[in-house]
Amino acid sequence: MIVDASLLFQIAGIGIVVAMIHTVLKQMGKEDLAHWATLIGFIIVLFIVIENLAELFQQIKSVFLFQ
Amino acid sequence: MDFFQLVSFALIASILVIIVKEQQSSIAFFLVLLTGIIIFLVLIQYISEIFRMITYVTTKANLNFMYVETILKIIGIAYIAEFGAQMTRDAGLGSLAAKIELAGKVFILLLAIPIITSVIETVLNFIPV
Repeated sequence: MIVDASLLFQIAGIGIVVAMIHTVLKQMGKEDLAHWATLIGFIIVLFIVIENLAELFQQIKSVFLFQ
Repeated sequence: MDFFQLVSFALIASILVIIVKEQQSSIAFFLVLLTGIIIFLVLIQYISEIFRMITYVTTKANLNFMYVETILKIIGIAYIAEFGAQMTRDAGLGSLAAKIELAGKVFILLLAIPIITSVIETVLNFIPV
């Protein structure tokens, strides 16, 4: 459970850090860079979540006797 | 991981979602999705234990395993459809959730066809034509 909880906190941390980077870059006047940073943070979280989703569907296939 | 850990895990996740929601609502949705995935990954060991017991009982009662297998598949499809529909409803897309549920029903019916046909055939055999 600790691993799952740490994973959860990592993703929340990424979300908060990305939001802070976005506001900081916006104040510095680099608006487009801010959007790029948000996009990259989003993609990192996407990878983590999709990996877990794939593992979940794999386990479901094995347990529920799908082909 | 017993039940109390699971509930506390879900509460922690919901608090984190509230924190992250104002700044980044997309990552907050990912957080909700990940919590659902993790909770079910924990549950799946217990579910496989239950299914092992079911299959043991059916082999003992030497029923035709095809029926039980179809039932297990239908349960699996029902759960996935419900999981997906609730997630999309959480994201605020009620119409998409209804589409997912419709797809789930269609696939369940698809699985039930062989059983329905065998039932009809057995009933027809009883009728002395």
